[in-house]
Amino acid sequence: MGEEVAALNGYCRQTFESLKMASAILSLPFPTAAFTSRPFLDNLKANMKLGNPNQSTLSGKDYIRAKSFTRKSVTSAVEVSRFGDMTMAPPDPILGVSEAFRADTHEMKLNLGVGAYRTEDLQPYVLNVVKKAENLMLERGENKEYLPIEGLAAFNKVTAELLLGVQNDVIQQQRVATVQGLSGTGSLRLAAALIERYFPGSKVLISSPTWGNHKNIFNDARVPWSEYRYYDPRTVGLDFHGMISDIKAAPEGSFVLLHGCAHNPTGIDPTPEQWESIADVIQEKNHIPFFDVAYQGFASGSLDTDASSVRLFAARGMELLVAQSYSKNLGLYAERIGAINVVCSSSDIAQRGARGRRVFYGDDARIVEMKVGKSQLKRLARPMYSNPPIHGARIVANVVGNPELFNEWKEEMELMAGRIKSVRKKLYDSLSAKDNSGKDWSFVLKQIGMFSFTGLNDAQSENMTNKWHVT
Amino acid sequence: MSDSVFASVVQAPEDPILGVTVAYNKDQSPVKLNLGVGAYRTEEGKPLVLNVVRKAEQMLVNDHPAIQENRVTTVQCLSGTGSLRVGAEFLARHYHEKSIYIPQPTWGNHPKVFTLAGLALGRSWERTIRAIVLLHACAHNPTGVDPTSDQWEQIRQLMRSKGLLPFFDSAYQGFASGNLDADAGSIRLFVADGGECLAAQSYAKNMGLYGERVGALSIVCKTADTATRVESQLKLVIRPMYSNPPIHGASIVATILKDGDMYTEWSVELKAMADRIISMRQQLYDALCARGTPGDWSHIIKQIGMFTFTGLNTNQVAFMTKEYHIYMTSDGRISMAGLSSRTVPHLADAIHAAVTVLHRSAISGSYRAILNRSSHDLTSE
Repeated sequence: MGEEVAALNGYCRQTFESLKMASAILSLPFPTAAFTSRPFLDNLKANMKLGNPNQSTLSGKDYIRAKSFTRKSVTSAVEVSRFGDMTMAPPDPILGVSEAFRADTHEMKLNLGVGAYRTEDLQPYVLNVVKKAENLMLERGENKEYLPIEGLAAFNKVTAELLLGVQNDVIQQQRVATVQGLSGTGSLRLAAALIERYFPGSKVLISSPTWGNHKNIFNDARVPWSEYRYYDPRTVGLDFHGMISDIKAAPEGSFVLLHGCAHNPTGIDPTPEQWESIADVIQEKNHIPFFDVAYQGFASGSLDTDASSVRLFAARGMELLVAQSYSKNLGLYAERIGAINVVCSSSDIAQRGARGRRVFYGDDARIVEMKVGKSQLKRLARPMYSNPPIHGARIVANVVGNPELFNEWKEEMELMAGRIKSVRKKLYDSLSAKDNSGKDWSFVLKQIGMFSFTGLNDAQSENMTNKWHVT
Repeated sequence: MSDSVFASVVQAPEDPILGVTVAYNKDQSPVKLNLGVGAYRTEEGKPLVLNVVRKAEQMLVNDHPAIQENRVTTVQCLSGTGSLRVGAEFLARHYHEKSIYIPQPTWGNHPKVFTLAGLALGRSWERTIRAIVLLHACAHNPTGVDPTSDQWEQIRQLMRSKGLLPFFDSAYQGFASGNLDADAGSIRLFVADGGECLAAQSYAKNMGLYGERVGALSIVCKTADTATRVESQLKLVIRPMYSNPPIHGASIVATILKDGDMYTEWSVELKAMADRIISMRQQLYDALCARGTPGDWSHIIKQIGMFTFTGLNTNQVAFMTKEYHIYMTSDGRISMAGLSSRTVPHLADAIHAAVTVLHRSAISGSYRAILNRSSHDLTSE
């Protein structure tokens, strides 16, 4: 049995490798191991010679049923691994690109995989304001006591203000519940857990394509999802009508996952007018907008501009979920610092998580009881990791909460976003000059943020990797 | 039998240098002297193994066979809670038995960690075949009552005979007795028999890194190959939960553990913390004895770790909160870390009053609100 499993695993691995490379380059979502390993287990069952009458099958796996539980089975319990049936999981399609890059020995190799900012010298970049904040923190010698489950209060305050604007009605009326989360992923996961518990059966609509990990998050949280059209390969732009149709067609009260700015992986954002239409259809269908804001400030260089989509929805009095990340804009990737915000229709729901009412828009106003807010998010965070890490939260609180450092940050961010823009310009110029096919490369300039959807197909991507060492 | 092909090979002479030693060894004279081989000798003419070499050897020997054989996979997680949760999610997906048995009582957060991960809390012992069993490695929370070494050995034998999978929660290594090795004794006992187990570790208490959320989940497997596959599956649990763990606390821990001097400094500081706790236990016990408080309070000094399960009931606890402003969980658990030499008398007075003044029968209305607070609700351990 071991040999067959090993052979199947080998086959698995080979298939995964090539699929992974292609999909990573196109930044396409990749099926998880749970999805792909089952067929192989079924194959295993079918092909195995079942010589042992004591074998039994339980949920797709084969076990030796011991005849008794005397001392004899002490030996078998200790000798046989409980995890023997386990298959090797495929490497993450996005993070796996960096692994492949590391393995490449060519001197002109280029890593265009993971979304981490690099300087002109292709080095990681720790922001100056971050270093200043950390020095301040060291000087103060603060303790390392547990944060409350919802995180550092000073962090939560400045984070909500950064997102919505300190003068915003939502902030003034205290209608937002903010809970510190483990960067974008952790914040999305908390929101997903909230949806699963308090909106059972409700679906999340995600863009096609979207960040590869979104599906994993909703799968693991057991939240059903489906896709809405987003990317139009013919125009290398937004399939606006497809998007509106699909959102309209979804069951009422669905959650619509929207990228606040700098859509990952396409770099294609709706225009302000298009955002208005998207808000219209969402209100019409009583959907709940669920923003993923991972690039505020990083996309255009302006914190306010990049938050305008979220603020547009909030201004209409809509209730929203918003996940934020400081990984890119403050370069705090490894500190895992972000937040989940719940913008509510009333302060009660936001602050106390008391039973609240969600008012449906449109002619048929229905009152539905729902429990939201800080206390419910806390109940989900506590059995996951108890309370969030302190270091990154303090850095953010010190930078965003200090006017001087905040301004310095804005400058550094403009530099980072500026460099990305100038790289786009140079790439565009270079392609236009060298390419005689007549292909329109202007999408490189129109797209925004860290990523660019090249529109290259599998063969072209593979050629780039194999011949040109671009992973 | 034909002649050997090597029949014509002749005996070679002795090595000129090493041969000296061979000859020296054969010599019976009491005044013999070996000035041949160039190996250092002490004043007494003995070979010398350097101290630092012995230290290095100790370290290598202490590198557990399971680690040397690459049978252990370790993933950094968010302190103890995160390690437990990742381990539980992993088991819920890949282990055929989805029930876990937890001690009564146990840390308030344990049940939710496991149930939200998809495991069921085991109820009756008759059906425990190959189930998962949660064990507190040392300094049981909240009781402070640990099995003796003999009892651990009995537990180990029983569990192995039933094919039960141990899942250790190690939140107080070094903090319980003051000795890092002693506090890991239970886990090492299980690993030594070659079987599999899980262990969640936390650096919150022993390195005081509470808010940094540093810990780890280790899974000891039968083979290196299994460990590799297990690790790959653990990553699939982690990625959709928070992608990757926070760096700051981990960097601190790695720096301390890797540097010999810092490690030593740490173990000294750790022992000081553990000793202060032990001293608080003694002081509280002495104070209660001095007041003649009714009852046997020796459990205060017998229990180990941060907490003492006092045995006080919810009425008494509520009374102490209201009258003496003592804040503790309603199950009667007190954190010894919250005591000082200066405040021990006050606590002793409170306990004395609660035990002697309060009657069990009536619960006054004003205590009702206080009664509802339990160890489940506090954010700290």
